[in-house]
Amino acid sequence: MWVLSVNSLSKNFGGIKAIRNINVNIEKGNIIGLIGPNGAGKTTFFNLLTGIYSPTSGEITYNLDSKIRTKDLKPHKIVHYGIARTFQNIRLFKDMTVLDNILIGFHNRFKYGIGSAFLRLPSYYKAEANAYENALELLEKFNLLDKKDELAKNLPYGDQRKLEIARALAAKPKLLLLDEPAAGMNPIETKELRELINWIREAFDLTIILIEHDMSLVMNICDEVLVFDYGNLVAQGTPEEIQNDERVIKAYLGEEVEEC
Amino acid sequence: MMNKVNKKILLGVILFAFYILVQVLINTGIIDSYYELNLVIIGINIILAVSLNLITGFTGQFSLGHAAFMSMGAYTSAILTAKFNQPFILALLLSGVVASVAGILIGIPTLRLKGDYLAIATLGFGEIVRVIAINTDYIGGAIGFNDIPRYTNWTWIFASVLVTILLIKRFLNSYHGRACIAIREDEIAAESMGVNTTYYKVLAFAIGAFFAGTAGSLYANYFYFIKPDSFGFMKSIDILVIVVFGGIGSILGSVIGAISLSIISLFLQGIPELRMVIYSVILFVIMVYRHKGILGKREFKIFKSRKKNRKKVEFNVGAISK
Repeated sequence: MWVLSVNSLSKNFGGIKAIRNINVNIEKGNIIGLIGPNGAGKTTFFNLLTGIYSPTSGEITYNLDSKIRTKDLKPHKIVHYGIARTFQNIRLFKDMTVLDNILIGFHNRFKYGIGSAFLRLPSYYKAEANAYENALELLEKFNLLDKKDELAKNLPYGDQRKLEIARALAAKPKLLLLDEPAAGMNPIETKELRELINWIREAFDLTIILIEHDMSLVMNICDEVLVFDYGNLVAQGTPEEIQNDERVIKAYLGEEVEEC
Repeated sequence: MMNKVNKKILLGVILFAFYILVQVLINTGIIDSYYELNLVIIGINIILAVSLNLITGFTGQFSLGHAAFMSMGAYTSAILTAKFNQPFILALLLSGVVASVAGILIGIPTLRLKGDYLAIATLGFGEIVRVIAINTDYIGGAIGFNDIPRYTNWTWIFASVLVTILLIKRFLNSYHGRACIAIREDEIAAESMGVNTTYYKVLAFAIGAFFAGTAGSLYANYFYFIKPDSFGFMKSIDILVIVVFGGIGSILGSVIGAISLSIISLFLQGIPELRMVIYSVILFVIMVYRHKGILGKREFKIFKSRKKNRKKVEFNVGAISK
């Protein structure tokens, strides 16, 4: 079953064709790697998927709880549809506590109104208590429980990455978009991240698309790899196929393969 | 749990005792009308600063039009009490509502702007309100609005300040408030977590404007007389100074800022030639040595520990209800 279908998607910024005529289907439960040189259009692709940009032409269709089409995509609505993302340059709420960061992740699950907040009606206490409990549970799974009252900006780099992923998961997504989760991590941290992502897929029953430059990570955990170059999708296949693909080697992996 | 209840009761008793004490001192004449006037000004400034802090400090929207909301509240209240003889409580609430509606109407187009651009737009809004007031003969025009009945007293001020702080604190401790703070921290990330940023910016604007409107109402019904120039650009700046001085993003900071700045300018009234100079120097020194304001983002311990305790209780409540 597919969760995401992209049909002849293009995005131009003035004369620059950032994304050119991309067609791709994403199957449920897979981990998809998105690779390509800098400026290939990977993050633009994410921004199109999450409604931050609207496409110049083409269609994006999600098959989650309901069918979502391009025109329904608004940045603040994607979480509601079951899509959550992280950012290339970590975007935590730096002056909020770790716990409050997670609670923002629950935002779309709260229902009580402003009057209820002003008057502290039972619905307020019930919803807040519930969210608090769920947030602690989530933090425990990510080994961040003892840091719940610290400000997000005071966490070490690896924990900030983890917190951002935890915040995205708080929204209970069906599709998780990770933009360079291993950026700035050392090999040990990358290995931990690999285990974390694998565990997330199992534990949360998710489809994951991740942009990554770290080939050891991509080749080890991805079921399928998409290769972008100059806004084109130049190759698509299993990690083994990608590693042996002429066009990919030419566009991107050339040196790495020679080293092997 | 006893601890939390005790602390709440203790705080309530202290506040009530403070209220009674001041009321008795006013009745016996120890606090004369001059000091009472200053108490009223401090109270109004607290309401203005706390409500602006919601917009600027917590939601991160830099507004220079806060005095305009106050002005709308003041004129609404003046018209209702002086021309239509309505009860003060109605005038007070409607002042807030009128300012709030204005906040929504001005917020929807301008809150798309960020930082400096928003500041200029709200500044323009403030000037529009002032110029309209000057050119409307019904409300006295440039001469001002006279013969407004005096209803505001220590009880009204105390209750209004308390309600303002309580409601804004409760708002901030809800998911709505967290969404506002998230917008200040990172708008794009907030949006990607499902926060409708336009909605929450306008909401913060509307709530802030509501309380500014009530502050205007309290002002109009204390001083008998209002004129458009009392609510100009400089008044907005004065409120902003209190917020920045006390600490952007701290309710208690705004309270302390309003009280201390009022007291400072009170003492400086003895030396009118140097008043503004010394006032400016004090601001300058505070900003150089404590650029996050007196309190920064901190709240007092009593608020903090209460918050933690409350969360524990909520946790239990949730467990039982399951």
